[in-house]
Formats: sequence, structure tokens, C-alpha cells
Amino acid sequence: MWLVIIQLKIGIILTFFSLLFAVASLAERKILARIQNRRGPNRVGPCGLFQPIADGIKMLIKEDVVPRKADRALHFLAPIVMVAPMVLLFGILPYGGGLTLVDLEVGLLFFFAVSSVSELAVFMAGWSSANKYSVFGAMRAIAQMVSYEVPLVLVAITPVMVAGSLSLVHMVEDQAGYAIGVIPNWFVLTPWGIVGFLLLFVTSLAEANRTPFDLPEGESELVAGHLTEYSGFKYALFFMGEYFGIFAGSGLAVALFLGGGGAPLPLLQWIPPYLWFFVKLVVLVGIVIWVRASLPRMRIDQLMDLCWKGLVPLAFVNLIAAAIWHYSGGGWQGWILAGGLLVGAYLMLNRVVLRSRCSWERKYYLAKS
Amino acid sequence: MNVVLFIIAALILVGALATVCVRNLVYCALSLAATFAALGMLYLALGAEFIGWVQILVYVGAVAVLIVFVILLTAPDRMRSVGPLFSRSRILGVGVSLGVFGTIAYAVHKSGSLKGSLSMPAETDMQSIGEELLSSYLVPLEATGVLLTVALIGAVLFAREEPVEGSEESQESKD
Amino acid sequence: MERMASHYRKSGGRWLGSGILRGMGVTLKNWIGSYFDPSRLVTVCYPGERLPLPENSRSFPFLIYDGDDPEAGLRCVACRICEKECPPECIHIENERDENGKPRKRPAVFDIDISVCMSCQICVEVCPFDAIEMDQIYAISTNARFEPLRLHKEQLLKPNEYFRELSPTRSAAADARREAERAKQAKKKEAGKKG
Ligand code: SF4
Ligand code: SF4
Repeated sequence: MWLVIIQLKIGIILTFFSLLFAVASLAERKILARIQNRRGPNRVGPCGLFQPIADGIKMLIKEDVVPRKADRALHFLAPIVMVAPMVLLFGILPYGGGLTLVDLEVGLLFFFAVSSVSELAVFMAGWSSANKYSVFGAMRAIAQMVSYEVPLVLVAITPVMVAGSLSLVHMVEDQAGYAIGVIPNWFVLTPWGIVGFLLLFVTSLAEANRTPFDLPEGESELVAGHLTEYSGFKYALFFMGEYFGIFAGSGLAVALFLGGGGAPLPLLQWIPPYLWFFVKLVVLVGIVIWVRASLPRMRIDQLMDLCWKGLVPLAFVNLIAAAIWHYSGGGWQGWILAGGLLVGAYLMLNRVVLRSRCSWERKYYLAKS
Repeated sequence: MNVVLFIIAALILVGALATVCVRNLVYCALSLAATFAALGMLYLALGAEFIGWVQILVYVGAVAVLIVFVILLTAPDRMRSVGPLFSRSRILGVGVSLGVFGTIAYAVHKSGSLKGSLSMPAETDMQSIGEELLSSYLVPLEATGVLLTVALIGAVLFAREEPVEGSEESQESKD
Repeated sequence: MERMASHYRKSGGRWLGSGILRGMGVTLKNWIGSYFDPSRLVTVCYPGERLPLPENSRSFPFLIYDGDDPEAGLRCVACRICEKECPPECIHIENERDENGKPRKRPAVFDIDISVCMSCQICVEVCPFDAIEMDQIYAISTNARFEPLRLHKEQLLKPNEYFRELSPTRSAAADARREAERAKQAKKKEAGKKG
């Protein structure tokens, strides 16, 4: 019985995310098109609704090209190593309402440990292709993912500090309830929470190699980065891995800051929590697509500057702000102290960045004549 | 349970052997990563959740990735093969590893954990680990932090050495 | 432009991240607007719908005939000026011959190899009889390299009405020229009769 229920849950979760993958890949093209004053795919089925099916069939029947000099074993393994950890991540997301699969005591740790394996997959893909574009793309991707893991973990620690647990389920429980009867107790509605949420969003964009941080796949200079030599179903797997990464990252953001499956209003509590969870997740995925349509790709030095000179210090300040908030017991003192600290940090960063443009300019250490 | 432990032990051994025996630098690095992951599994199988996932996060996610990154950066043409299996200093190597093994074996033997006299705490939860880390092990923890920071700064200094005006290097580059 | 600059000075450029928010606002407006205002969508569903081409666009030459019968109304007199002038020499003309082998003032063969033609319109400029004009056909890929791209007389011949539709200005000018020419010819004839 227990096994059946578990399998049912796994089935529901996997079905949902696979469907979301199909819908998101269509929605991304549609929304991008609309934003760029185009129509988007509209040939397959009504309004192009069956486009994902057509894409899937195309991917499946496409020739699987492996370069002659490629390392066949790694070339084959890389997409699998990419997707498998991402699927594992879905297991610990706190959907609530009985759909939560496992409540690991060290859930957050599990999340980061497992998601970091995808870096190895990127390396395997890049190196095994025996293509310099692939190798360069993989190097960029790994450098980027390693760098952005620092602010990501630093930001994810703040809710851990406040909730006093690494378990995602516990964290969602900590955000239950409503202040003054209407405002939910989500972490995002605290000064450190909103900053943390934004930081988490930005860093998980970078972790997932999404625009504006998609320079490992910058077409103009690297063809397609580590995906250059992939086609057919293996490419589809990578594509799926990228999307699953976005879903898992969004799920993490929902769990850490957006109250998991909590309803935004007490009136709406009759809707089961997992539906709320999925709604929030879908909204976040939509924002990811929106960001992709809006922002241009960064340069590699800007990327590193943003991480080490912008996000990491902000994450540290946010950590302190969360501590202040926690020990001042929330309330207006918390708002004044923590909020003041964060606004001060923002103003300082603003000053530093806008007054001295030089920190964002490229420096040539080696090419100096 | 025992079967699982044996499987994991076999994985670790195979991974470790592959790390030193395979003649392809990238395969070596990846086998090392697999060994790390198997070690993490061992911890998990023994009920040490925290240390198990930390092992995977730090070793597979960071150390192995760094090794791989270094391979990408330094030896793109030598990646396909590294020298012969047995190096010239193999006698020394065997001696060193025997010494290390002997020390560890002696330590384990003396500690009495083999006799089962060590009392395992009933439950190692995050709470107690955190409290231990921040009370009895506070100084080592902080010292490790300082050490890592120093290493980080040192690495930055090495990597970003700008030629000072008038120094030899800038003279050279001017010529 | 001025307004945009002042707007930028007022609202953005001073706060970190304001540019990102403004950009996202623009795209959001575009996205939602595209569902309410179809005129925002500048693309058309191509093979089904096509945007009208500008009048002066041109691709390859075609031959004009008057009236309904292509053979009877053929304007071209096979003077072969265009053949000589065409820079890449992609026009091939053979005169019709009568039973004695004397060339008639009609082309028996008129081929244009559009795989060579560079759409320079020189043939149109030099033709004294307004018999050749530039077409606007496109999307004319074929499945072979040579023969399908060598257009023969039958494919090249198109009625004057087609040209009128294609380019009202140029066809009107050509029609006027031909009218004037005909009037002159008629006058000459009259003068000849008189004299
Ligand atoms: S198209 Fe004009 S120029 Fe060319 S042969 Fe005919 S009449 Fe002469
Ligand atoms: S357009 Fe130019 S190239 Fe083409 S047939 Fe006329 S003269 Fe020749």
C-alpha cells in the first residue's frame, strides 16, 4: 500500500513536470514571439498547441550524430548525468497536502549536493565532444556555476537561519499563518526575504545558464557551447535538464521564500496546497521567460563582477540583516533595523557602481603593451 | 544492509583503482568523482545523513569540478593519455602509502571502534551537529575558516598579479 | 527622443536596477499589447499571407504582350539589343525565319537564364519597344540547377494588364510612350500618303 502511494505520488510529480516542460517550451516560444512582435509557432494544431509533440517527434527521429573523434562513452553519459540529478531534485520539494515525497532533514543540503553534479555533466559534454567550442563553453559554464553557487548557498542559508532547520518542509511550515489575519507570513514579505528572493532568483538563473547569463551557449562566439556536438534525443535531454533545473530552482524559491503551498489569502485556503505550489512555480517560470525576452546577454567579466562584487557582498549583508531581524523579533524594529541595513547596502552599491564606471569596464591584464 | 555496504565498498575500491590505473586524465578525474560519490553513499548507508550529503556537495560538487576545471585549463593536449602505469619512483610511492595505511590501521585498531566499544549516539540530527560545531569545536572551525580565507586570498594574489610600474615584468613587456 | 532622454534622466540611470525594470516594463507592455492590438504584430503568416512588395522592387525580366494572344501581341521584335547589352549575357534570342531562311522580326526562342541574371534592369533600359520589363516574382526555387531556371518565351510572356498591376507608374509611362510613338507613326503615314 505504502509503495503504491509513493509510486502514485512519483507519477503525479513526474507527469506534472514533464507536462510543464512541454508547455513551457511552447510558452517560451509563444511569449518570446509576442514580446518581439511576432506570432510564434502557430502551425501544428490549433494556435500551434501541438508544437511540443511535433518537436518531440522531430527530436526522436533525428539522426544522433557523434563526432568521429568524440569520446563515445562520455558523450553518451553526459545527457543522462545532466537530467538524472534534476529529476531527483523534484523528490524533496515540499508540495504540501500529502504530495510531498520525502521530508529530508537535510533537504537543502541534498538540493545543492545533487544539483552540483550537473556541472560534471557539462564538463563531460564539453570535453567528450572533442570540439574547441564545446570545451570553451563547458569551461565558461563550470566557472559560472561554481561562482554562482557561492551567493546561491549564502542566500539559501538565510531562511535556514530563521526557520532553524534545513528541511524544506519545516521551512514551509514556518511560513504558515497570517499576520493581521490577511498578510501571509511568507519570508518574501520581510526586508531580508525580498532581497533574498531576488538574489536567489538571479543566482538560480545563472546556475541554470539562462539569459541574461547564458553565455556558455552564446551563439555568436561559441556556436552552442557544450551543446554544439549534440543533436537529436541527446540534445533534447540536455534541453530537458535545463528546464528541469529551472523548475527545481523555482520550486526552491517557492519553498524558501514564497511560503511553499500556502495560500496568499486565508479565504483561498480551500484550494489544496500543492496547487498553490504549482501555481507559484509556474508564475516563476513565466518570469524566467519574461526575463529572457527582456535582458541582453552579459559579458564574462561582467558576469564575474556581478557575482563577486555584487551578489556575494549583498548576500553577506542579507545574512546579517536576517540575523538582526531574527533577534529583534520581527515587527517594526526588525523592519527599521534590517530594512535600514539593506537599503544602506543598496545605496552604497548604487553609489559605487554608478559613480565609478571603471569597475564594470574590461581590464586587460595580459594584453597591456 | 551488509550487502549494500559491500556493494558500496566495491564501488569505492573500483573507483579508486580506476583513478590511478586508467591512462586517461579525464577518466581518472571522473572516477575520482565517482569514488567521492560512493564514499558519500557509504556515509548515508551508515546513517550519517549530514556528512553524507556534505561529502557529495563538497567533493563531487566542488573538488571534482575544480580538478576537472584545472584539467581543462592546463592540459588540453595531454588529456588523452598520461605516462606509463608505473612511475620510476614506485618504490617510494609504495613505501609512503604503506606508511599511511599502517598509521591509519594502527589508529583505528587502538581506538577500539573495531571492538564495538564506541557508543554510537542514538540519533545524529542536524541540531546536535550544529551545537557541537559552535561550542566544543568552535576554535577548529574558526581556524579552518581563517585558513581557507588565507588560501583564497593567496590564490587571488597569484592569479591577478598586475605588473607594477617599473618592475622587471613591465620592463620586459615594454621591450 | 527628447522626451525619452528627459524621462531617462528623471526616472532611471540614477538607481541601480531601474534600467532592468524599465526594460521589463517595455517587454511586458509589448506582450500584453500584442493580444489586444493586432497591429503590433508586424509579421504575417508567410506562405499564406504576403506583404505587398514596394512598386519599385524587381527580380527578373519578363516579356510583355498586348491583347489576349501572347503570340500575336508580342511586342518584342527580336532586335537583340538586350541580348548584346546584358552584362552577364544571360539572354538568348533566335529570330523566327521564313521559308527562305530570312529572319523575321519575331523571336522564335527567347530564353533568360535567371540563375545568371543579376537583376540589373539594363535589358529593360535599352529595349526600344518597351517589350521587356522587370517582374517581382520570388520564392521560385526549383529542384534542379539548370533547366528549370532557364525561362523560355512561354514562361516569360505576360500580358500588359499584369504589368499595369505590378507597377502602375512605370506601365503608365510606357503606355504613354507607346501611344505617342503610335501617333507619330500614324502622322508619318498620313504625311507619306499625302506626299
Ligand atoms: S526585348 Fe526589346 S531589346 Fe530585347 S530583342 Fe525584344 S525588342 Fe529587342
Ligand atoms: S536584368 Fe540585367 S542581367 Fe538580367 S537579363 Fe536583364 S540585362 Fe541581363
